[in-house]
Amino acid sequence: MSILILLVILAIIVAGSFLAAFFWATKDGQFEDTFSPSVRILMDNDRKENKKH
Amino acid sequence: MNSTITPIDTKTTCYHCGNECRDEDIFEDEKHFCCSGCLTVYDILKDNNLCGYYDLNQNAGVSLKSKNFNGKFDYLEEKLIQDELLAFKNESIAKVILYVPSIHCSSCVWLLENFPKIKLGVITSRLNFVKKELSIDFDPNLVSLKEIVELMATLGYEPKINLDSIQKPKIIDSETKHLLYKIGVTGFCAGNIMMMSFPEYFNLNSNSDISLQRFFLYFNFLLALPVFFYGASDYLKGAYYSITENLKKNSDVLSVDIPIALGITALFTRSLYETFVTHTAGYWDSMAGLVLFLLLGKWVQQVTFNYLSFDRSYKSYFPLAVKVKNQSVQYKNVNDLKKGEEFIIHHQELIPADAILKEGNALIDYSFVTGEAKPVKKLKGEVIFAGGRQVADSIELMVQKPVSTSYLTQLWNNESFLKEKTIPTTELANAFSKYFTYITISIAVLVGIYWHFNNPALLWPAVTAVLMVACPCALTLSLPFTMNTTMSIFGKNKFFVKNQGVIQILAEVDTIVFDKTGTLTEGNKGKVRFEGSINKDEEKLIYSVVNQSVHPMSKMVAEYLAPNLAYKVTDFEEVKGKGVAAVVEGKNIKLGRLDFVKNEPTIQVDSEVHIMINNVYKGFFTVEPQFRSNWKELLEKLKKTFDIKLLSGDTNKVQKVLSPIFGENMQFEQTPQQKLDYIKGIQNDGKKVLMIGDGLNDAGALREAKVGIALTEDIQAFSPSCDAILDANNFEKLGKYVVFSKTALNVVKASFLLSLVYNFLCISWASTGLLSPVFAAVVMPLSTISVVLFAVGSTWIIAKRRKLL
Repeated sequence: MSILILLVILAIIVAGSFLAAFFWATKDGQFEDTFSPSVRILMDNDRKENKKH
Repeated sequence: MNSTITPIDTKTTCYHCGNECRDEDIFEDEKHFCCSGCLTVYDILKDNNLCGYYDLNQNAGVSLKSKNFNGKFDYLEEKLIQDELLAFKNESIAKVILYVPSIHCSSCVWLLENFPKIKLGVITSRLNFVKKELSIDFDPNLVSLKEIVELMATLGYEPKINLDSIQKPKIIDSETKHLLYKIGVTGFCAGNIMMMSFPEYFNLNSNSDISLQRFFLYFNFLLALPVFFYGASDYLKGAYYSITENLKKNSDVLSVDIPIALGITALFTRSLYETFVTHTAGYWDSMAGLVLFLLLGKWVQQVTFNYLSFDRSYKSYFPLAVKVKNQSVQYKNVNDLKKGEEFIIHHQELIPADAILKEGNALIDYSFVTGEAKPVKKLKGEVIFAGGRQVADSIELMVQKPVSTSYLTQLWNNESFLKEKTIPTTELANAFSKYFTYITISIAVLVGIYWHFNNPALLWPAVTAVLMVACPCALTLSLPFTMNTTMSIFGKNKFFVKNQGVIQILAEVDTIVFDKTGTLTEGNKGKVRFEGSINKDEEKLIYSVVNQSVHPMSKMVAEYLAPNLAYKVTDFEEVKGKGVAAVVEGKNIKLGRLDFVKNEPTIQVDSEVHIMINNVYKGFFTVEPQFRSNWKELLEKLKKTFDIKLLSGDTNKVQKVLSPIFGENMQFEQTPQQKLDYIKGIQNDGKKVLMIGDGLNDAGALREAKVGIALTEDIQAFSPSCDAILDANNFEKLGKYVVFSKTALNVVKASFLLSLVYNFLCISWASTGLLSPVFAAVVMPLSTISVVLFAVGSTWIIAKRRKLL
């Protein structure tokens, strides 16, 4: 059963890394502008080339 | 490039901005454009292969009709002004953040973020859509700030640069960020504690594996530490301050933090005892869940319409720089203007400081300050107050008083602007908590005394259990959740309140004060009426001329006469602030002010356009203010429950129309300061005033009133500092909003009652001393969630019934 203890600790580490990611995202300001990233991801960076083909 | 101008027959819409091509229709690339401005943007985009702009949204552009930027941004060449605007600068890179109000769709994001492709030297540009801020990094050796701003303006994205722009952005978000961190940490701990408690919930702890049970127990203790010391720290501190303030007799309010802190501390100490002394499960899960709920409630309370600005002062309206004379620099920050310095104001520019007219023909439009649309003529040597807009040609002025002490800006030095309005977000809860705290403590003491004599072994379990379940978690959550729901319902109806406290004050209002111009009447629109006689053909002649002019009066007359065929106009001459002269079909047409068309000094009535054809006087067009639709019904309805009053900066020329409704409660020709004092006066008499106005001239009154609502035609446009912004189209719903805020407060009170019932039941159970950890872990969150669901749900249902959704 002592394998459980290892499992729990691993689980906490995994969850903790998500918590760290959340901290990073907050600090980075990802929750400040929730609209433009949704548009940004759809933008073609190389529209020029696409048209030529 | 083949552009032809064709007469308009059918309705065509502009490919760029989607407006109807009314005055002209430019046809190019098989696409229609409403003006050369829109065509220019199309050409720029086409040359840079950025036509994807139009793929994202149809007619995404901003109309560019009658915009002229010539010389408007020259002040950006001045090094001192630049340094104040730039966020960062060295030899090869400069950073600037520009506020661009006209951003409205995904095409805007696409175009503005592709800025480096259009302008050589722009390194990156990144847009914050919510704040409408564009951050641009550029190479100052390749491109100047002025060029960037001018190109943006040409594309229809003119950045707003004013006195406010030079203030470095404040770190207002840090509090919200800290709250988010706390929610993150508490949520993490609460989730893991619950997972570790699962064996306990299902009684799976076999006696054979004592070490595992201990491990889970201590692990829970470790996870609970950050919840108690970090997540709950605000409540513990708040309770501590409230108690010390009470002991010092500074205040007799017991903050709602006290019973909360009491509950959390009881949970913590009891769990500590169980973990380390009796080695039983404790209430770690209940405590973590409770703190998480409380923090979520706090977060909901902070949600605001952060893309709207409610705290604007005159600085948002004033230009950043003016052209100065006889100095080493050409342009100067208006804050640095000193007495005796001379400066130049162009057509349509705002006068930033009280000054004496030195040179030129001054015709000042004070509508911005007084609400009165009639421009005033000023003679050489007269004092012109700050806030006026010059509508004639360029003038030269000499500063009398620096900007910060000028007549208009003094309003902002009034004490009502210096102190923050008290916001009763927690007042209701605090009023409740006073009795709540005393009652909880006395019940705990009584329970303690009872068990002391009957079964001392149950004393501490019973007392701590009472304190634990009495924690007013549901109570404190029902207020923010109800108010948040109400806010979003209002928001859907284009009524944006600054924060939750505003709804609470709104519910208490008993007097409503209206501004006239722009509030009861429509700001820029007026009803045009013609006095005199003209025939159809003369109408055509006049239409042809006014169509060429950009003056607002001409535009109104043109709209009045449209649709009409335009003749070819020759010898067109516009004398700014006076009128227009032109030749159409061989006839001499003069229109404008009476002294201009007759060419002799006469008594002048503004808001009139006089007509002279071939030296024969034909009559005049006059513009009368147009009242908003349904304004009478709204006021009649409001009159039944509220005192209504009128406070106007304008003259009393429409008194007759208004007196059946307002009776004696009308004040005319009020200065901004008088408006403020008037509100202060009636509030000192115990009235709770809702002021509704639109202009800067109401700023003082809006600020002084318990609730100040700014009415605006365009939500994104600049509105004075206020507690709420209302879209002018929804003006008639004003009464509904006030009534609904009362309802919302009643919903809060009902949910208070509901949570009290829960508390009563739980306390009766707890006082027996038999409250098990599992029972607490289930009942406490369940009661909280059901109260919140009740509050939010009933608010929605009522809103739906009242057709607010």
